[in-house]
Amino acid sequence: MIKFTNVHMNYPGGNEALRNINLHIEQGAMVYITGRSGAGKSTLLRLIALIDRHSRGQIIVNGQNLERVRNRRIPIFRRHIGFMFQDHRLLNDRTLYDNVALPLVIAGYRHQEIRKRVQAALDKVHLLTKVNSYPMALSGGEQQRVGVARAVVHRPAILLADEPTGNLDPALSWDTMSLFEQFNQVGVTVLIASHDIDMISRMSKRIITLKSGRILTQGAATT
Amino acid sequence: MKPRNLKKNIRPNKSFKSQLKRRFDTWLLQHAQAFISSLGQYIKSPISSVLTTTVIGISLALPANFYLLLDNIRYVSSSWDDSVQITVFLQTDIDESRAAEFANILANNNNISETHLIKRADALVEYQKLSGFADALNSLDENPLPNVVLVTPNYENIDEARTEKLIKELEAMPETDSVQYDRRWLKRLLYLLDIVNRLIVVLSTFLAIAVLLIVGNTIRLLIDNRRSEIEITKLFGGTDRFIQRPFLYSGFWYGVSSSIIAWLLVIISVQMLGGPVNKLARLYNSDFQLIGLSLGNSLILLASGIVLGLFGSWIAVKRHLRAIEPI
Repeated sequence: MIKFTNVHMNYPGGNEALRNINLHIEQGAMVYITGRSGAGKSTLLRLIALIDRHSRGQIIVNGQNLERVRNRRIPIFRRHIGFMFQDHRLLNDRTLYDNVALPLVIAGYRHQEIRKRVQAALDKVHLLTKVNSYPMALSGGEQQRVGVARAVVHRPAILLADEPTGNLDPALSWDTMSLFEQFNQVGVTVLIASHDIDMISRMSKRIITLKSGRILTQGAATT
Repeated sequence: MKPRNLKKNIRPNKSFKSQLKRRFDTWLLQHAQAFISSLGQYIKSPISSVLTTTVIGISLALPANFYLLLDNIRYVSSSWDDSVQITVFLQTDIDESRAAEFANILANNNNISETHLIKRADALVEYQKLSGFADALNSLDENPLPNVVLVTPNYENIDEARTEKLIKELEAMPETDSVQYDRRWLKRLLYLLDIVNRLIVVLSTFLAIAVLLIVGNTIRLLIDNRRSEIEITKLFGGTDRFIQRPFLYSGFWYGVSSSIIAWLLVIISVQMLGGPVNKLARLYNSDFQLIGLSLGNSLILLASGIVLGLFGSWIAVKRHLRAIEPI
């Protein structure tokens, strides 16, 4: 569950990225956030992950008031969130296995558990055969799927994806979105920022449209 | 893959003790991972690692060598310290029997433990033998050397005031021509050693700072190189401790390896100096051997390397790691 109440976000220098956002996303929902570049899509995701802190208002994520999460506790808070980026941001000097294992290593899982989960995650994105390859040896679509595997391997409650299909052709974009849908079906709350309105309107999910930091439309509250 | 609920504990509720054990196991596991991965980083770029290590090693070896030098001089001068004697040159008109009598009288003095008479004839023979002026001396009509009494004081030599008093007493005697006290140059030497000692402390401090800067800069470069990895790790919930651990271990590895290099350099220096020093010592009828690094000193060298490595990386980590935030 994610709840924004009168949230404002000013970046240092006076740039007002978000203005008076009121938003309620239920547990297990799948929501698209759209709008032009600079509308505030990324900022919205960054606030949920505590990469930035909002200036005013209240944000509650899974029952936690983000204002009350002290800096020291941010790492623990983030372990319940999975991330995806437009540029996959994989570590090029590590194999797929090590890349996908990273969230589990951070959380201190045991060796056997890590192996089991990494294999399951890579299997899910059909890349189990390339477990020992390096990211550079993969196509753009495959790299993005590794990013998906890394984002979900630690079974986060929330999956945040910032333009996950920005660099992919329509067919690959569709595959990636289907993957997100599958994760959503097993209960993960999925938030996807995308400007690809054509595609996301075909997904028949809730769409929140931002413009200049304000919510323009926010679709149905339930999916 | 099922999501996990934040509110509920994902793991089945185990007893407090087993949870504690699990946390300890995790801690140990992450330390082991950081230990190994930092060693891997070190080996991954061998040339730059070895170069950095050598530079640090030399910075450590310099003060170590100086200390060793000082140690050796101290050792040599301490053996002189016990043999301090007061030399009393007698008037030339005093013959050998009166000189012996005089030596006996002095030996009964409370402040004197023993006296040794060097007869003028013996002194001449010895001087002819050692100085190489045998022909010149032979051409003289009479022996130009006086009788000499070596006086060993009865107390520890540290008591300067008593020594001064004794010297005055000896000088006042009618038989005495002059009194020579070889403590003065020893004292000068000791003061000189004191200055050298201070110099070494100052130099070691500078070199320690240099080591800190070298390690700090090396770790800073490591951090820069792994910036994206650090960002991702922070994004997926890596704590500051988790992230800084491998860098601290890198500092540790630099400390260990450069101490070993420094140790080798010191050993080589001692080996190279050993031969000439022995030859010199033999000229002085001494079987003095250069003192090498003792086990204790080797451990101190190792410990200083590790401490400087850890401290240098700690400074770099504190300064640079915090600044990296996920973007």
